[in-house]
Amino acid sequence: MQPKPLTLKSLDIASIIVLGIATYLALVYAPTELVMGNVQRVFYFHIGTAWTALLGFILGAVFSVVYLITKDLKWDRLQVAAIEVSLVFFLITIVLGSIWARPVWNTWWTWDPRLTTAAITELIYIAYFMLRQGIDDPEKRARFGAVYALIGGLSAPITFFAIRLFRTIHPVVIGGTNAAAQGSFNMTPHMLTAFFFALFAFTVIFIDLFWHRIRLGVLQEKVEQLKLQVNM
Amino acid sequence: MFFQEATPDTSGYMIAGYAIAFILMALYVLSIYLRGRNLNQDIEIFNELEKSVPAVETAKPKKSPTKSSATGSKSAKPVTKKLRKK
Repeated sequence: MQPKPLTLKSLDIASIIVLGIATYLALVYAPTELVMGNVQRVFYFHIGTAWTALLGFILGAVFSVVYLITKDLKWDRLQVAAIEVSLVFFLITIVLGSIWARPVWNTWWTWDPRLTTAAITELIYIAYFMLRQGIDDPEKRARFGAVYALIGGLSAPITFFAIRLFRTIHPVVIGGTNAAAQGSFNMTPHMLTAFFFALFAFTVIFIDLFWHRIRLGVLQEKVEQLKLQVNM
Repeated sequence: MFFQEATPDTSGYMIAGYAIAFILMALYVLSIYLRGRNLNQDIEIFNELEKSVPAVETAKPKKSPTKSSATGSKSAKPVTKKLRKK
């Protein structure tokens, strides 16, 4: 493996530091919400991971378009990296949301438009990796993956706008006045600080993991080429 | 829960949420590390194979054996000016 660049090493350290600060702000600095209690604090990580996950899915769709135009496997590598990191972050979003919902909605899960679209998005991208696993030819795999990720990318904006377009019990924290929402709250300045810092922290962590995953993709490609040489 | 006066104690859910978030992130970082390590091992194996294959090929006898190739060890030495003088 190529030695880790200094920028990546610095990004690793920065990720650990911002994650620590984000945790401190969420657990200590931000005040306790009076109606929901401490469980409201999962909101900071819930939104942070959701933001980066949806961003990653959209990035994946953009990389797919570039791949389909250029046919350069480099873009396929970027696409896979963005989607894989996003898949993990979105799983964290869903799990945190479910944990928050238990005391607030009195249920772990409900087939609300937001929750349903989020679950579909997660399943779409799990299926994306299953599809890729089933194809051996790298170019065919990249082409199929690109088309799939492009169509799958539509699920990200649908999930984001689900709470703004449909009648739902999921709260719209920013720019929303949903009468049916349960668990809404107004953020104090301290809460806003923790919220925006969590967004920043998860963006840094996303970039770091994205870079690591790209490097892993390079290695995978190298091994694949070596295997092909041995078979020839 | 919205009609109650006192703030409910939901700390358990909060702790569970953060614990799961950290565990999932740690597992993903670990998976990247392990996959990278395995791929590096694969590359090392392929490189060793690549080195050993030419060595095996040179050890094989040639179709038209000459005096030098029959002795084996002498043929491996490069012809230098010193050797020519001798």
